[in-house]
Amino acid sequence: MSPVVELSDVWVELGGHPVLEGISLAVDEGEFVSVVGPNGAGKTTLLRVILGLVRPARGDVRVFGTRPWELGRGRARIGYVPQAEGIDPDFPLRVIDVVLMGRYGSLGWIRRPGTADRRAAREALELVGIGDLATRPIGELSGGQRQRAFLARALAAEPRLLLLDEPTTGVDPAASESFYELLRRIQERGVTIVMVTHDIGVVSRYVDKVACINRRLVVHGRPEEVLTDEALAEMYGCAALFFHHGRVPHMVVRRHRTFRRGEGR
Amino acid sequence: MSFWAYAFMQRALIAGALIGATAGAVGVYVVLRGFSFIGAGIAHAAFGGVAIAVLLGMDPLWGALLFSLLVAWGIVHASRRGHIREEVAIGILFASSMALGVLLLGLVPGYQTDLFGYLFGNILAVGPQDLVASVALTGIVFVGIALFYKEFLLITFDPGMAEAQGFPAGALQGGLLSLVALTVVLSLRVVGAVLVAALLVVPAATAYQFVRNFHRLLLLSAALGVGEVVAGLIISFYLDVPPGPTIVLLSAALFGVALAARRR
Ligand SMILES: Nc1ncnc2c1ncn2[C@@H]1O[C@H](COP(=O)(O)OP(=O)(O)OP(=O)(O)O)[C@@H](O)[C@H]1O
Ligand SMILES: [Mg+2]
Repeated sequence: MSPVVELSDVWVELGGHPVLEGISLAVDEGEFVSVVGPNGAGKTTLLRVILGLVRPARGDVRVFGTRPWELGRGRARIGYVPQAEGIDPDFPLRVIDVVLMGRYGSLGWIRRPGTADRRAAREALELVGIGDLATRPIGELSGGQRQRAFLARALAAEPRLLLLDEPTTGVDPAASESFYELLRRIQERGVTIVMVTHDIGVVSRYVDKVACINRRLVVHGRPEEVLTDEALAEMYGCAALFFHHGRVPHMVVRRHRTFRRGEGR
Repeated sequence: MSFWAYAFMQRALIAGALIGATAGAVGVYVVLRGFSFIGAGIAHAAFGGVAIAVLLGMDPLWGALLFSLLVAWGIVHASRRGHIREEVAIGILFASSMALGVLLLGLVPGYQTDLFGYLFGNILAVGPQDLVASVALTGIVFVGIALFYKEFLLITFDPGMAEAQGFPAGALQGGLLSLVALTVVLSLRVVGAVLVAALLVVPAATAYQFVRNFHRLLLLSAALGVGEVVAGLIISFYLDVPPGPTIVLLSAALFGVALAARRR
């Protein structure tokens, strides 16, 4: 079976500067992969490459076996939760209206959403646990609730591949954890997930693999193999800083892995 | 004598109602994008086209139409290249096009530049021809909004999402700004370049004080636009004052009332 996402020796230049250099990465169906790396490492760019919005100068990208910019309607099988940035909090839309927008891609031009689309939007909202907020103005949600709404928007398209860009920025630790739990449940439905995050320590408990990038792919593998002091130091280029922080995720990973098994999931 | 007894008033009222509805609806997108100066920018930029049309002996309407559409797409192009912001692109294009227009009209021997009429409109100038043009332009704008309702909503709320879903963000921005351009051209003769800007902002901002549902906002803003233009025209007829400023002051006053009503 071919991987859902496959990058082979991908090079990207933006504004004359190298942003990604020779990235090769494969994500198998049903995998939950997190992408970590310092600011400006090219994580968002990597997601945009997978979405087909940025074309590599060199190398090949395949999503569902096709070049992403040639996916056409197939693009609707990719759900995207962008890095939280200035959406207008006063925009006159209710939460359910925003979630419904997730269906626009599969509807294509001109066609308006119908009953089936509305039902899918509702279900997505229930799934992320904020069904009761459906008719609230989008601007009135808290940061964590808004991230859930945007996740619901991506899920409303019933995607096979979910791309998330720092979805828990500005969300408190407890809410972040329950957000990751939610992603695990979505993964259990067979959805492949690629999530960019800075939450290195916590996230390693939930994901199958971690890809560390800093323009180049530093390392890609299971969290307990990948999140070593050396890898983190290489990635962030600042060994001293991570002498302290580097150990924490390592410990956390082990403890919780055992805990989960004991729980009998 | 009643205002309806005059043919020019009938034409002005019909054209005015169309302008009010169009500017009110399109203004919702303008206000939500935070693009308040785009109307003024495109309206002034159209002056370059008016001058060229006069030089060539054509109907100024065509020149205005061509130039305002060019400027609309120019703004999108310049801002998508990522080098300058939309507001800056507007600033550059509108000043240079206006300057070009003034220079060109200076070349026409014996042509008296009716700059004041261009800036502030002239209700007496609405001829039967203009009425036909008004109906056509209004039709295009509303059909555009109805067809691409979902696309324009998406591009206004979240351009990044539109792109990620495979919609061409640049073309949609350009399409939306083209509707602004058509609205401007439609309004020039009646309310003038300066006041178009107000019609593209004030009714939408007023409606926004009352409704927080996009669909209703479009409807209420269009209705307010019609009401304000028509009422302004009638008031100006009886008080014998220029209609453009009357309309703008009336809508600004209404906005003030709406704001005060919401505060409480
Ligand atoms: N449109 C663009 N034009 C030119 N350079 C760009 C563009 N977009 C991003 N870059 C550059 O590419 C590099 C990678 O950017 P990217 O947004 O992918 O980083 P990131 O890893 O997502 O960072 P962060 O953690 O801050 O979100 C940065 O140096 C950035 O300045
Ligand atoms: Mg980023």
